[in-house]
Amino acid sequence: MRKYVRGVLTPLVSVIVALLIGTVVMLATGHNPFQAYGALLSGAFGSTYALSNTIAGAIPLILSGLGVAIGFKAGLFNIGAEGQYWIGSMVAVWVGYSVTGLPPLLHITLAIALAMLAGGLWAGVIPGLAKALVGAHEVITTMMMSYIAIFLTQFMVENGPMMEKGFTPQSPLIRSSVMIPKIIPRTQLSWGLLIAVAAAFVVYWLLFKTTVGFRLRAVGLNVRAAKYAGINVPLYTVLALFFSGLLAGLAGAVQMLGVQQRLYDSFNSGYGFTAIVVALLANNNPFGVILSAIFFSALATGGQSMQLVSGVPAQLTDVVSGIIIFLIAAKKLMQIVQTKIAQTKWSKHQNLGSEKGAQ
Amino acid sequence: MRTCLEIRNVTKEFPGVLANDHVNLQLRDGEIHAILGENGAGKSTLMKIIYGLYQADSGSVSLYGQEMHFTSPRQAIQAGIGMVHQHFMLIPALTAAENIVLGGEPGKVHYRRKENEEMVRQLSKQYHLEIDPSVKVSDLTVGLQQRVEILKVFYRKAKVLILDEPTALLTPQEVEELIGVMERLRLQGIPIIFISHKLDEVKKVSDRVTVMRAGRTVATVETNQTTPQELANLMVGREVVLQVAKPPQEPGSVVLRVDGLVVVQGHAERVKGVTFEVRRGEIFGLAGIDGNGQFELVEAITGLLPAKSGRIVFKGRDITKTSVHRRTAAGISYIPQDRQADGLILDFQLAENFVLRDFTRPPFAKAGQLQMGAITHHAERLSESFDVRPRRIHSLAGNLSGGNQQKVILAREVSRDPELLIAAQPTRGLDVGAIQFIHDKLLDLRREGKAVLLVSLELEEIMSLSDRIGVIHDGRLMAILPGGHVTREQLGLLMTGVNPEKEG
Repeated sequence: MRKYVRGVLTPLVSVIVALLIGTVVMLATGHNPFQAYGALLSGAFGSTYALSNTIAGAIPLILSGLGVAIGFKAGLFNIGAEGQYWIGSMVAVWVGYSVTGLPPLLHITLAIALAMLAGGLWAGVIPGLAKALVGAHEVITTMMMSYIAIFLTQFMVENGPMMEKGFTPQSPLIRSSVMIPKIIPRTQLSWGLLIAVAAAFVVYWLLFKTTVGFRLRAVGLNVRAAKYAGINVPLYTVLALFFSGLLAGLAGAVQMLGVQQRLYDSFNSGYGFTAIVVALLANNNPFGVILSAIFFSALATGGQSMQLVSGVPAQLTDVVSGIIIFLIAAKKLMQIVQTKIAQTKWSKHQNLGSEKGAQ
Repeated sequence: MRTCLEIRNVTKEFPGVLANDHVNLQLRDGEIHAILGENGAGKSTLMKIIYGLYQADSGSVSLYGQEMHFTSPRQAIQAGIGMVHQHFMLIPALTAAENIVLGGEPGKVHYRRKENEEMVRQLSKQYHLEIDPSVKVSDLTVGLQQRVEILKVFYRKAKVLILDEPTALLTPQEVEELIGVMERLRLQGIPIIFISHKLDEVKKVSDRVTVMRAGRTVATVETNQTTPQELANLMVGREVVLQVAKPPQEPGSVVLRVDGLVVVQGHAERVKGVTFEVRRGEIFGLAGIDGNGQFELVEAITGLLPAKSGRIVFKGRDITKTSVHRRTAAGISYIPQDRQADGLILDFQLAENFVLRDFTRPPFAKAGQLQMGAITHHAERLSESFDVRPRRIHSLAGNLSGGNQQKVILAREVSRDPELLIAAQPTRGLDVGAIQFIHDKLLDLRREGKAVLLVSLELEEIMSLSDRIGVIHDGRLMAILPGGHVTREQLGLLMTGVNPEKEG
């Protein structure tokens, strides 16, 4: 029980402190924080429409957040979820409009499966192998691959092979057989929600109940002990990035098939980047990812209505998310400082024991 | 002759360890003074006190009669203490000259390359330490890098030179050159402290030797009036061997055979053609001073390091190229030297750590799924029978004390019912009770007819447990001796590379 309390405490405190600092900012700029937060809350959760949009916005965040969390669990920082998201989107849309004559379930499954595979390979092949074989840092490689993916998608719909006839830089509409149906009509909320929640369960199961997850976590925590345990560390490095990209690709597919229904020339969904914050706030817990994704989605949807009602700029929500990241990062910072101190003590202790001072 | 550096009654205590216990040392002008001692004898602590890294609890350090209270290496350097560490502190991408003046560059903003190189050239002539100042350190051999380190010390106007295990990383030829350098420096009247555990070098180069044991300076002798035998006696002491009840027992068939094994780590050959066998029902002890290749040897047997050449045969099968996973499954258990870095995942629960080596095998996993019931049951059973405290199998391994962490590793490795247990420093840093417990478990395995390969830096441990003792020095097995009849002096000599039988 204590474990759960402790797990939730840091994120909760970070959020509360961030909201309090937001209050100070509002007071300083002459706004009424009660009114503003009230508007934010009702804008995010106050009506069926608002609630469904908040949850709809959380779906891609949950999926890509799970991807980033898997990477973190294996000690890898997949910063390129955005690119994997776009690769997944592209493949899903392409399968969505070019394949015909399939029954809906099969068509959706095919589009999603290929999108996941594409996202997984995008992260697993180049960044994964480069890390495993020559030690190239994944932050650099996934980031670079992310830009390639974003510009590739841009090219595809701007005079590229996926551009619809005409002059608008967009792809054709996907076929109705591949569209994920809505839970509530005329909102953005589709049954993709089910996929996202199921994915959280699967990721939890994978990480904590399977030997694959055991290996991923072992590699993430202690490479030397992982080798000692007989784990093929390079293989599981590649696999970790593959799984990570797989989920980001799934996020793209579900967003395309459930909400957007075609590729636009609009870049930076932002989901892949927010996913990092989502995973951090959730402390990489798959179920925590669901809550934290809803939270960040609510900030985004509620921010608009906060601006309309109270005049507080919607950018204040960015300030709040920024502070949350800072507080969580600061906690990590504190941990690093603490372990450094502990290590120094430990090595001093060892020096006594073995006279290996200079080594 | 003037006394240059004097250490009087220096005592330094760390929690639970008396690292220096009334240490006395007098360094005279123009002498090479060797400090000899086993690992853990307190040499490094003493040097760190002299260098201002540690402060003594009591006692005094004086330089030319003046008492010194260094609180940082900077002060020690200013006073004229020059220390060359065993592991160099150079920046590979900079030239020799740049490394030498680094931190004390003459001039202000502008770095005058030519002038500095000229000055370093002068310095190197003055001390007969020839180097090319314009060459990058990364392009220098280890021996020349050491010269750069020594010049660095003289650039800072050192009056006393301290060399901490200076020959550890050198080739035999480089050692010869270093000895030449030390002799030339002695002629110039520079006093040198030379820390070593190699008897032959100490005998060759030093004027006097101070022997340290268990934190105390046990004797200071004139080098030419002593013998390696006497030095070895002084170094290892004559305390009573801890008696362990070990009934005689005939060993069985060969379980592990290592044949001409060569292991390379980094660019250095650490194991240079080692051959030995371990049989059922015997404890084979591997004695040696730290850094002589014993741990590389062990990692090659367990599969963590590749063998460059030679063969490892386990139960008749060649496993030289087999993966760690397969070797583990075949029945090799391994207690690694560094329990926190290799043996445990500190952020994993105890239950997970108990199955770290077998989590893929039934009953702990079926079809890739972890069997939580079996894992929990296993953990409960082991922490009960090995008395791991506290008995909370879901708490993190990092929360346990060192002794209990070692019990977890021991429990895991022993409970796997191995054919061969390799135990590297299994009692390092543990208290007497825990040591006894672990020794008993090793003897239990022996009685059950398992093979045990025990690697330890503690002579007591090796001598009281082993049926046969292999002594490793500089990557080679010096000798394999029967455990019962060997003396500490014999082992001590062999460990420092002296083979009395050969020199006869």
